[in-house]
Amino acid sequence: MKTTTNATGPGGDVRLAGISKTYGSFTAVHPLDLTVPQGSFFALLGASGCGKTTTLRMIAGLEEPSAGTVHLGDQDVTALPPYKRPVNTVFQSYALFPHLDIFENVAFGLRRRGVKSVKKQVEEMLDLVQLGEQARKKPHQLSGGQQQRVAVARALINHPKVLLLDEPLGALDLKLRRQMQLELKRIQTEVGITFVHVTHDQEEAMTMADTVAVMNGGRVEQLGAPADLYENPRTTFVANFLGTSNLIEAEVGARDGDDLVVKAAGDKLLLPAGRCSAPAGTGGKVLVGVRPEKIGIAHADEAGAVPEGRNRLTGTIAATSFIGVSTQYVVDCEACPGVEVYVQNIDRDPRLVPGADVVLHWNPAHTFGLDAAQDIDAGLAEEEAAR
Amino acid sequence: MTLTEAPAPPAPAAPPPAARPRRRGRFTPYWLLLPGILWLLVFFALPMVYQASTSVQTGSLEEGYEVTWHVAAYWDALSGYWPQFLRSVAYAAAATTLCLLLGYPLAYLIAFRAGRWRNLIMILVIAPFFTSFLIRTLAWKTILADGGPVVGALNALHVLDVTGWLGWTAGDRVLATPLAVVCGLTYNFLPFMILPLYSSLERIDGRLHEAAGDLYARPVTTFRKVTFPLSMPGVVSGTLLTFIPATGDYVNADLLGSADTRMVGNVIQTQFLRVLDYPTAAALSFVLMAAILVMVTFYIRKSGTEDLV
Repeated sequence: MKTTTNATGPGGDVRLAGISKTYGSFTAVHPLDLTVPQGSFFALLGASGCGKTTTLRMIAGLEEPSAGTVHLGDQDVTALPPYKRPVNTVFQSYALFPHLDIFENVAFGLRRRGVKSVKKQVEEMLDLVQLGEQARKKPHQLSGGQQQRVAVARALINHPKVLLLDEPLGALDLKLRRQMQLELKRIQTEVGITFVHVTHDQEEAMTMADTVAVMNGGRVEQLGAPADLYENPRTTFVANFLGTSNLIEAEVGARDGDDLVVKAAGDKLLLPAGRCSAPAGTGGKVLVGVRPEKIGIAHADEAGAVPEGRNRLTGTIAATSFIGVSTQYVVDCEACPGVEVYVQNIDRDPRLVPGADVVLHWNPAHTFGLDAAQDIDAGLAEEEAAR
Repeated sequence: MTLTEAPAPPAPAAPPPAARPRRRGRFTPYWLLLPGILWLLVFFALPMVYQASTSVQTGSLEEGYEVTWHVAAYWDALSGYWPQFLRSVAYAAAATTLCLLLGYPLAYLIAFRAGRWRNLIMILVIAPFFTSFLIRTLAWKTILADGGPVVGALNALHVLDVTGWLGWTAGDRVLATPLAVVCGLTYNFLPFMILPLYSSLERIDGRLHEAAGDLYARPVTTFRKVTFPLSMPGVVSGTLLTFIPATGDYVNADLLGSADTRMVGNVIQTQFLRVLDYPTAAALSFVLMAAILVMVTFYIRKSGTEDLV
């Protein structure tokens, strides 16, 4: 199976240059430059209407870009109709041909390209997606998960340079979706084809992709490896859309070595200068962010036990919820009401109940800084909608 | 019962006496079926039995008819009128083919390309039904009138030379020729082709076209391998809705044709209403029905849409 990688050669990148799409006065995709390296698993992540599907359809040729070019390797495919592009798509609702059986669905692309003996290839591909037994069934006789695998097989059998996946798991229930995520990742590793995956599910994007581009309002907000995006969000949208962030408005004070000292309602916090994406001049505003699971929580009586050098905030527990593996606290601090804190249930302190005064503390290295000129709630509504 | 120890809730206002569930479900389907069954019985089954008995009677109007099991009437009908039978099938087949050729592109256009014009075009398709079948057919008499613009144009383009050579028209005339009858049949039954075609095309998921294109099918191949096969139910029901009534039609042949274009419908009409030879007319009707039944069954088997039967 690895031979397919060699067939496409090293120039199998997808390169979008200044590509944009407008419908009348509405701009679905703002001019966008994007390079997806050969063989990578790339995810376009965003809420509905952010332009991710339009971008994908422009790569497939199903949508004509208003401006810009699409390159596959060295070939400019911008003007090519979909049937001439070495690209295949797994559609959101699978779009299997209802009048053809599974075998013929999978063989469709091969037959159109005039391949004579398709039997062996189709059987191999059906085995890859573990549907060898179902070859003579019609699509409607299969379950959603099986149909989804047929859609993948039907696309992959053509050894496209790029496989495009348009929310391929959206119609599946949660358990099956988890299973298919691993399955798709396995197949991608096995065949080594570039996958471009469109999804609104941040967990899906993070588990599967090597690189994630977070899109918002027709623009790529940030692009990077999942862990990098999660740990170092550069905009409030990314910070809020990808997981949960506590964002605290603060004022930049002095500089202390590699750290910035910021003041949030009387509390002094340390922020590594390298993790601050905002122009942070003294006296300027900045949003200080920290992820809920990075924060430790201690009862006010134990404040002395909190090690020196950690960022601290004091507050009152507003609500707790027991999740099983963890407990989630909502703590009202002076600097920021509603700080979320996730603590693993190892030794639960029975005093940590709503109304208790607590000290929140975290390693300053886990703090990130964002430009305060942005909407602090950007991405919250979208994340809600995407769930 | 520990439940009884729970404090009794304050007595609510007396609920309306609950209607006891009546056992009415059992016969409901039959009651609902009754009007249809009665309708079929009175207007189809009984006339069929009556007609069957008529077809094996002998006698005359003056002396009265009597069932004599004169089965030869069927043979007489077939041997006497087989040209009209063949003509009916041929005209109906030609009209059905024309309807399909004209109707498919239009149905395709309405289903996939019309956008906001869809409803308007649909209304235009149905609009002719607002006038009577007879008037519409008579209008064709004017359209195809001798020396009229249509005939003049066809003559100038030498189309009539070709159709005349094929035996579809005679001389400078279109009226009173097979072509006129087929034109009338095509025109009158076209909506019955378009509507089922449209409804089956409209149900096709547009993403299937995208998927086919994505899988290297050119637009023509997409049509051949995806769109057309998926529209087969519409093709089959459209052709049946056109072919069956066209075979038995007599109005078009009567108004637009001549003695040489008489269809089996015309024969039956004449036998029933002019000659008053009821047994022959009844036998002819049965033969026509049987012939259509056989052809349709064969056709449906062939086209592989058994779920229509």
